[in-house]
Amino acid sequence: MNKFWIITSHTYVTKLKSKAFYISTILILFFLMLMLNFDSIIESFVGDDEKKVAIIDESDILLEYITVQPNEEVNMEPFTESVEEAKSLVLEGDYDALLLLNLDSNGFPEATFFAENITDSSLQTTIQQQLQQAKVALTTSKLGVDQSEIANMFIPVEWTTVALDTNSKSQEELDQARGIVYLILLFLYVSVIMYGSIIATDVATEKSSRVMELLISSVSPIVHMFAKIIGIALVGLTQIALFILVSFIMLQVNKDRVGGILESFGLQDASISIILYGILFFLLGYFLYATLAAMLGSLVTRVEEANQIITPLIMLLALAFFLAIFGMNTPDSQLVTITSYIPFFSPMLMFIRVGLLDIAAWEVLLSVGVLLVTILLLAIIGAKVYKGGVLMYGKSNAFKDIKKALQLTKKE
Amino acid sequence: MSLKLSNVTKRFGKNIAVNNLSLEIPENEMFGFLGGNGAGKTTTFRMILGLLGITSGEISWKGERIDYQKSSIIGYLPEERGLYPKLKVRDQIVYLARLRGMDKKDAVKELEMWLERFKVPEYMDKKVEELSKGNQQKIQFISAVLHQPELLILDEPFSGLDPINVEMLKEAVIDLKKQGTSIVFSSHRMDHVEELCEHLCILQKGNPVVHGSLREIKRSFGKKNLSIHADFDLTFLEKMNGVAKYKKTMNGCELQITDEHVSQEIFRELQDKGFIRKFELEEPSLNDIFIEKVGASFE
Repeated sequence: MNKFWIITSHTYVTKLKSKAFYISTILILFFLMLMLNFDSIIESFVGDDEKKVAIIDESDILLEYITVQPNEEVNMEPFTESVEEAKSLVLEGDYDALLLLNLDSNGFPEATFFAENITDSSLQTTIQQQLQQAKVALTTSKLGVDQSEIANMFIPVEWTTVALDTNSKSQEELDQARGIVYLILLFLYVSVIMYGSIIATDVATEKSSRVMELLISSVSPIVHMFAKIIGIALVGLTQIALFILVSFIMLQVNKDRVGGILESFGLQDASISIILYGILFFLLGYFLYATLAAMLGSLVTRVEEANQIITPLIMLLALAFFLAIFGMNTPDSQLVTITSYIPFFSPMLMFIRVGLLDIAAWEVLLSVGVLLVTILLLAIIGAKVYKGGVLMYGKSNAFKDIKKALQLTKKE
Repeated sequence: MSLKLSNVTKRFGKNIAVNNLSLEIPENEMFGFLGGNGAGKTTTFRMILGLLGITSGEISWKGERIDYQKSSIIGYLPEERGLYPKLKVRDQIVYLARLRGMDKKDAVKELEMWLERFKVPEYMDKKVEELSKGNQQKIQFISAVLHQPELLILDEPFSGLDPINVEMLKEAVIDLKKQGTSIVFSSHRMDHVEELCEHLCILQKGNPVVHGSLREIKRSFGKKNLSIHADFDLTFLEKMNGVAKYKKTMNGCELQITDEHVSQEIFRELQDKGFIRKFELEEPSLNDIFIEKVGASFE
């Protein structure tokens, strides 16, 4: 077997057996389960959460308008005892609030809201809205409008969005695309950070334990570096495959509920092309950042310094991520267009453009091309730094070290 | 002549680490590299292995350049010992052996043999970090020789070992040599080099100050040691012609003489003076040569 694959498989197997792999996989699977079962979990909490509000209607006509519209969150109960009685029940916790209704001198409804404390503004808003509608209903019925007309009045306005350019995505498609683009972006961000730091730590570990000198006397540092990057990529892909498998099984077991969640993210019938682009940009982004991480990892002497030295890398990635998240609302803005060609941002920003807009093939090709060239350049520089860096020990100062490492590699 | 270095120079910026070093290291021999700290031994080894580029000059093994194609015939024990601390001995050695072109099954078999030989078969499934430093070194040594290299480079192989383990490792090295391995090793310990090597080279700040076969070096050094035990005062010998160094001892003195003929003159001088218990002419030790050659250029 070729040395490249020996290192790749060794990296892969060792990482797969490591505690860190188990822990991170189990954690992520746990969150995945949580997310996929979000509906049922929320439901199980919401049941107890219904608010009970006592109503004392001093006008005798408003109650009808309020209770006629059933509400899931708030249970309105007419209260027949005295106001003082109701207040004390609120304080004891039998009711969440007390609503005192009356008509003002003009015959319009007015209300006073009593609660133990008034921090729950959402309850107030709900009741206010209902009261507002009651006011409209009351007023219109005074004018002699039919009740059924009033009911019609409250039906929301029919709203349809049509894109005139036939090529551009329909609203429905766009919503769906947003879901999946968001998911893939998030995944790209998290996994590049995770695997990037694994690579840097791994290289630093080999260096600090001094096993590196032995390794690079058997195999060229360049082969070693790329075998490592690919080995870790395979670990990542294994993890992804596991997540997809688990989601798939859960989908089969619990079709209705889980299906609903996936649908809301546009995953159920997401277009194949978006997923393919997602994988393409994921791989390109991974290799770009992983090469840098390996290079930086080769410069430090102690493992503890590995995370420190890749901090700028993570910040760059975070910047790209936030640009992309904001860009999702305005994917056709100038900023997104420009950054979608800049290597460190393009894996994310070109991806949102591809996902949300209809852009010409050459634009994608150009961006991918720029990325590929950058990766290649970084690989060449990275390999040189790596070769010298792994033999260098002592206090680290990233920029000076890169220079020194290059000198060490150079055959004068 | 199998390993050949011709006019090898290595510069780090303005620093000259190795200066115009030419060596020929015969096949199936043990070659000793001596030198103080920072003399350029490790740098030379790294250049031989291709870990460092050569500023000028050439290094060849059996007439061919050494590159990664040849890694399966080269074994290396770095000065800075390094193994994966969290990995089991078996996994670690098998991995490193496979990188040297060995088969997994053969590697395990050889490893068992070596662990047996070093009397530590129970380490097979232990993590390296659980072993003592000396035992880690045995494992490190195994990783250098497991694939039966033609050329074995040992950078300070015996440092940090207790005498029993030093003997054990020495025997292993001698056996390897008998099996046809060419061995280059560096050491601060003159006695080890004296015991094991036919040829040697002393480096001083990157310059080879002494180079050749052990016997030649000793002979051409010229000076001999003379050890005398006698019942009378010997201080008058200090002033004699041909005596380079005089050192009083409990029972007499130790002299360094510039030529072995001087010893005969001394012998004649002493003959009538009284009772002589010991009169011994000795080869200079490598230690003497080293101190003289390396020490001289310090002054």
